[in-house]
Amino acid sequence: MNIINRVFLFLVLGTIAVFASGTIEGEIEKQALNVSAIVMFVIFVGATLGITYWAAKRTKSAKDFYTAGGGITGFQNGMAIAGDYMSAASFLGISGLVYLKGYDGLIYSIGFLVGWPIILFLIAEPLRNLGKYTFADVASYRLKQTPIRTLAAAGSIATVILYLIAQMVGAGKLIQLLFGLDYEVAVILVGVLMILYVTFGGMLATTWVQIVKAFLLLSGATFMAIAVMAHYDFSFGSLFAAAVDARNTGSLDVMSPGGLVSDPVSAISLAIALMFGTAGLPHILMRFFTVGDAKEARKSVFFATGFIGYFYILTFIIGFGAIVMVFKNPEYLDIAKQAISGGYPILGGKNMAAIHLSHAVGGDFFLGFISAVAFATILAVVSGLTLAGASAISHDLYASVFKKGKADGQAEMKVSKMATVALGIVAIMMGIAFEQQNIAFVVGLAFAIAASANFPILFLSMYWKNLTTRGAVIGGSLGLATAVILVILGPIVWVQILGNAEAIFPYKYPALFSVTVSFVSIWFFSITDSSYDAKAEREAFEAQYIRSQTGIGAEGASEH
Amino acid sequence: MNKELVDKIKANPDYQKLVKTRTAFAIKLSIAMLIVYFAFILTIAFEPSALAVPLSADTVTTIGIPIGMVIIVFAFVLTGIYTKRANGEFDDLTKKIKNAVKEN
Repeated sequence: MNIINRVFLFLVLGTIAVFASGTIEGEIEKQALNVSAIVMFVIFVGATLGITYWAAKRTKSAKDFYTAGGGITGFQNGMAIAGDYMSAASFLGISGLVYLKGYDGLIYSIGFLVGWPIILFLIAEPLRNLGKYTFADVASYRLKQTPIRTLAAAGSIATVILYLIAQMVGAGKLIQLLFGLDYEVAVILVGVLMILYVTFGGMLATTWVQIVKAFLLLSGATFMAIAVMAHYDFSFGSLFAAAVDARNTGSLDVMSPGGLVSDPVSAISLAIALMFGTAGLPHILMRFFTVGDAKEARKSVFFATGFIGYFYILTFIIGFGAIVMVFKNPEYLDIAKQAISGGYPILGGKNMAAIHLSHAVGGDFFLGFISAVAFATILAVVSGLTLAGASAISHDLYASVFKKGKADGQAEMKVSKMATVALGIVAIMMGIAFEQQNIAFVVGLAFAIAASANFPILFLSMYWKNLTTRGAVIGGSLGLATAVILVILGPIVWVQILGNAEAIFPYKYPALFSVTVSFVSIWFFSITDSSYDAKAEREAFEAQYIRSQTGIGAEGASEH
Repeated sequence: MNKELVDKIKANPDYQKLVKTRTAFAIKLSIAMLIVYFAFILTIAFEPSALAVPLSADTVTTIGIPIGMVIIVFAFVLTGIYTKRANGEFDDLTKKIKNAVKEN
């Protein structure tokens, strides 16, 4: 413990030193010196390092490391799942979308939410009853370990790294803007803190950091929404009327669906990506192993859906609040940009709408609080992502593929920690490499891969008797490849990034096509598989199904 | 799980009841969610003006706003309905199956 103590002391001092130097740079760059934000952020980091220290002493076995010992309650896990889902991208991005487009932001939120009931009805319980640490445990339950684990790990790692890129670039830019820190310093700081949380505290620290952050984010967003509503005597009618007035376009465009989904193919494709993608995100699926049994797993989804739904209603109010209080407000106007492009651009772009609103309703102090919460959000989300990626490397690739299931828990945990450090370094490098890149496609691609590779294999392994290893491997790989290729040929990468005149694949969201490819080819290559192994895999379904339905056999399975 | 145990559980009437009722219930609720959501998203794709109608002559609030809010609440309520029944009725059945398996 002595080493850990010293590391923590070093880190706390280091954090303060970094911020101290950052503030000086901030003045040079003429960033507003945001003392309250820095103080609150340092308090948050101190508290989370305290949590990590506490968790480190309780994290001894591989089970502790991956699943917090399975002792998280349904309510806590619901909060942590909501925390994973309420990333800075969804807080700032959705409130920014509402600010810019009004009603379209709500369409997006609803798409993100409706996957949750489906996860509860079809996925949560079998997942809890069959799996141990990762969703690949379930997918490979009766199929061949090596190919299925390798594919599932590839899907997990791809999803995690894409998501990490989005979070790291977001973190760097946000911190640059809010604290006046250098982009690189911000990215490195996030990477280092995340490595510490995960390697020392494992899932227990990651979960509690996520819970603390979810509580802070929900409290802050609630305060903002109430402050906005108080201005309008708690009448939505008056708030919306003021927003329509502020936009002054003579129409109700902020109150109606706009151009977010304009054709049926895009609409259905987006819906499928969000719904099935959510059910294939490795860091979300992993959370179901942190609770004791199926009962708590169900409660987790119930609470998570409640928190997430509530959060989306808040971001909707916050977005409209920003339309009336931030839009055209000279304090937040980007004059330099206005001189070039006209209109009323706000400082830092539309994703800063919620941040500016926090200043409009609560002054510098509350701006500091919301800034610190936004940064905390990124830290917590990258930690969960990294833990999921590290588990795919250590549990699926190292222990199951490389060691053929004969690795002992301590060695596996060691590999997991090394993988965490490696992923942290990759995340930092990617964050720096992608600083000036257009990363609009990465989250969409992450969802598309989760929906087209991870989800079909997981879902069919649970419910379809005739699934075979051959079908899962070929179908899942084709789904993954289709998702990647269609995103590259689509309007964002092919036209906006590669500069071609016209997209080869006309839709922004490939999920409708890639998910179909995946399901159809899994089906085809499974039913035509007449090998001896395939027969055994089909025969093993019944025992697996009984366990997935009742949990019989699951209690003793967590320790081989 | 050996073949004998598998056959025994499969023949257990409580197990058959559990799988049948829960599967039917889960599918019903899933379909309810999918119908509501796809009705919403396809309205936006084909007939967005349907959601842009003001609630009354003297307000700018469109019908799309309460509809969106209701879908969010609906999703939450569905998870509540499922969790309540599963944590009661279905878990009781599961317990009975486990006891029956243990007994002999």
